[in-house]
Amino acid sequence: MSSSMTTGVSSRKADPRGSGTGVEDAPLLQVRDLHVEFRTRDGVARAVNGVDYSVRAGETIAILGESGSGKSVTAQAVMGILDSPPGFVTGGEILFKGRDLLKLGQDERRKIRGSQLAMIFQDALSSLNPVHSVGYQLGEMFRVHRDASRKEAKARAVELMDRVRIPAAKERVNDYPHQFSGGMRQRIMIAMALALEPDLIIADEPTTALDVTVQAQVMELLAELQAEYNMGLILITHDLGVVADVADKIAVMYAGRIVETAPVHELYARPAHPYTRGLLDSIPRLDQKGQELYAIKGLPPNLLRIPKGCAFNPRCPRAQEICRQEVPKLFQVTEDDGTELAGRGSACFFWKETLHDA
Amino acid sequence: MGRYVIRRLLQMIPVFIGTTFLIFVMVHALGDPVNALFGDRAPDPAVAEKIREQYNLNDPLWLQYLKYMGKLFRWDFGTTFSGQSVTSLLATAFPTTLKLTAVAFTIEVIFGIGLGLLSGLRRGRVADNSVLILTLVVISIPTFVTGYVLQYLVGVKWGAAPATVGDQVTLDRLILPGVVLASVSLAYVARLTRTTVVENVRADYVRTAVAKGLPRRRVVVNHLLRNSLIPVVTFLGTDLGALMGGALVTERIFNIHGVGYYLYQGIVRQNSNTVVGFVTILVIIYLAANLLVDLLYAVLDPRIRYA
Amino acid sequence: MPDQEKYNAADPLAEAGTEELEMPSAVENRTFDLGTMEAQSLIKPERLQDHPEAPAADERVEARSLWQDAWRDLRRNPIFIISGLLIVFLIVMAVWPGLFASTDPLKCDLSKSQQGVSSGHPFGYDNQGCDVYARTVYGARASITVGVCATAGAALVGTVMGGLAGFFGGWFDSVVSRIADIFFGIPILLGGLVFLSVVPSQSIWIVVAFIVVLGWPQIARISRGSVITVKQQDYVTAAEALGAGSSRLMVRHILPNAVAPIIVVATIALGTYIALEATLSFLGVGLKPPTVSWGIDISSASDSFRNAPHMLLYPAGALSITVLAFIMLGDAVRDALDPKLR
Repeated sequence: MSSSMTTGVSSRKADPRGSGTGVEDAPLLQVRDLHVEFRTRDGVARAVNGVDYSVRAGETIAILGESGSGKSVTAQAVMGILDSPPGFVTGGEILFKGRDLLKLGQDERRKIRGSQLAMIFQDALSSLNPVHSVGYQLGEMFRVHRDASRKEAKARAVELMDRVRIPAAKERVNDYPHQFSGGMRQRIMIAMALALEPDLIIADEPTTALDVTVQAQVMELLAELQAEYNMGLILITHDLGVVADVADKIAVMYAGRIVETAPVHELYARPAHPYTRGLLDSIPRLDQKGQELYAIKGLPPNLLRIPKGCAFNPRCPRAQEICRQEVPKLFQVTEDDGTELAGRGSACFFWKETLHDA
Repeated sequence: MGRYVIRRLLQMIPVFIGTTFLIFVMVHALGDPVNALFGDRAPDPAVAEKIREQYNLNDPLWLQYLKYMGKLFRWDFGTTFSGQSVTSLLATAFPTTLKLTAVAFTIEVIFGIGLGLLSGLRRGRVADNSVLILTLVVISIPTFVTGYVLQYLVGVKWGAAPATVGDQVTLDRLILPGVVLASVSLAYVARLTRTTVVENVRADYVRTAVAKGLPRRRVVVNHLLRNSLIPVVTFLGTDLGALMGGALVTERIFNIHGVGYYLYQGIVRQNSNTVVGFVTILVIIYLAANLLVDLLYAVLDPRIRYA
Repeated sequence: MPDQEKYNAADPLAEAGTEELEMPSAVENRTFDLGTMEAQSLIKPERLQDHPEAPAADERVEARSLWQDAWRDLRRNPIFIISGLLIVFLIVMAVWPGLFASTDPLKCDLSKSQQGVSSGHPFGYDNQGCDVYARTVYGARASITVGVCATAGAALVGTVMGGLAGFFGGWFDSVVSRIADIFFGIPILLGGLVFLSVVPSQSIWIVVAFIVVLGWPQIARISRGSVITVKQQDYVTAAEALGAGSSRLMVRHILPNAVAPIIVVATIALGTYIALEATLSFLGVGLKPPTVSWGIDISSASDSFRNAPHMLLYPAGALSITVLAFIMLGDAVRDALDPKLR
């Protein structure tokens, strides 16, 4: 795979687009114009409205957004674990290694899940089955996907627990999830996702439920293992702090659309969408001590009644008439002289002005 | 674990004493059993006195209870007034009722859990609503009505199964009474399973199981059902006792000579030893089932610790 | 391990509000009957969270009470409407049976024994040659009276005992719970058979008293669990911290919030008590003639069921529909109060 990916965390930070050519450069996962809706008793909630993004091997993409922005729903659609009903994929493509997952049969998709495409969930305590030992739950991956014997599966489970640095793995393999601490449980979730060395891992708020000190350890472990196996990683989060150190690029979602994409540090330095700007401004900073903290006014949109035009317009300080009429597409962001900024896009009619403000 | 069992057993003692004493008091307030024995004829006072002496009927009630319990621990349940030992009655009655209960229990487990699972997995759809309404209807129709109607339809009109059991207690004869006895409990099991399945089907760990790429069957059986059954097992265990009590009505309808039959006879004939003996055994079975369920509960749910 | 505590506290299987982590006894934890089963799901802290007495998190959101929500749901629920109308109809029939049947249920003509339908007698005649239609209509009174009175009694005793046990805890709680265990140890039919065959008088009130005596622990258990859960809510702690006295706390804050599960369990219990009365009468220890009761009629019809099934089917149908109406009503109320399970 791409050479810059293999040598660890620091070099991974280099622009992934700059490396590799030809076939190898084809993205691992490509989501194209994805639409998902939830048909509820109160009406149709359009949770995802035309999302595009792609992930390469060894690359980490962070998807940032508030709850209800559609970031988790997108991930569930990719995994094929959408609660259906009420959730339905109503359009688009999910190309994984060149094949459209949405066109595959149930069983084919199931075989991909877990073995090539794995997911880590937010709350490891509720995501692990309380009545089975962690060894059983880890071993299940090998039993189902690799036809391993009971004994073999258990041995592999111990290996995995060692891999994610759980002390005394051999003794603890028969323990139940509630007997582990929060950080250890999340390590077990990671081990489970890694079990069959998948090509792509989706981590949905993997550290939100953890203590701050443990968060860093878990993120570090995840980044390290990702580099080692050269996997693609989609990191879903609402926490800007978490992504800064590990992600290569960021996609910001709002009301089921991607409103801005950018390499991670550029996004921090010069946001090109008023929503991203608002998010960044609402992070408390030590150098602003004493000042009132900025907050984006208003509430996230009701997905049953997404505002006409740009969904963010009722909350946007920059909103003009056009924002209430037309849905902005994802514009290529350029410098003033017209040079394209690689990987940068903004779904705002006034991205130029926003970029200048920064 | 051993300590836990001992503690539970100790806690059962007051319940056991309270329940049996209550029954004992009720039965012995039945009136003078000796007079009942002689029916309309006035008994010879000397004979009556002798019988009273023999059955400790002159002692105060609590002493009678103590003496009775003392004998009970030596497995002596006394004799009926007609001279038959209650122990031998128990030996005739219990195997029959146990067979009936076993048949009913099997039906209850298989169909109750099956329907509940079906209903819970298809929540909100036609199958679910049908099961929900059907179970309410089954619960609403008293067992004796279900019993007579099924006996008439299946046993008499269609002749698909023997209408009464009598002395030949064979499996095929017990199926119809088993269905009747199981019907209400089956409806409960179905509803309870449905509730827990609905609660668990959206649980995070079920989503994890799906995300792991497990086949649907494995997700449902090993993850969803395994967790959903914990409260159901609790119900089933304690229901075992209730089934044996419920056999009272079923055995009467289908003329089965089991516990319910003899107990009913004992009550009608005011035969206190029979009644207290049978009820005591039922209470013991009920308490034992509860203990078993307590232990099973902790096996099924590792989060529970013995304290 | 703190995580484990958190888990056990969040675990729906752990008894609502038990203070300890120890293994709950199956006797305490098991689902006894439909009423308990349905009401138990209402004893959850989450259900109480958006109660109007708790200050609304967002002032702009219009605070709608649980009951207003439930009532709105109920009015649109066909099952509620049907069962409600049926119950009103049955109550009218119980109070003024003469409105529906002009024949005297006790005026019988042996020569017409077991005869089928004839003009003016749509359900035919029973063994004694009494009009089955009239007896079915008049039978409602006994069933409804037993059901309503027994439920009122059991609910009163059960709510008070269970509520106080839950509120004060300690030795009082232990004593009430152990007494409840003893009553649960007796299968209800068995108890009825023994107890009622002792009592010489077979008036309706004896049957009611018996059902109250064996029925209150069920409601007490729900009431206890419910009170314990409500007691742990923040707004109750707040009221306590502000110096509200025990009685004020109980009447103003706890009772209104704990009452939903009790209503559900009592409504369903009403249905099952009616069935219980009929079963006891069927076994010959409940009501006795000349009281007109569905149970008695079914019992006397059962001997000649094969020759004249109509004698059994009409009272049995009326009985089943009545029980079903109350159970459906309770079920609908439960659904309205806890819509998550639908």
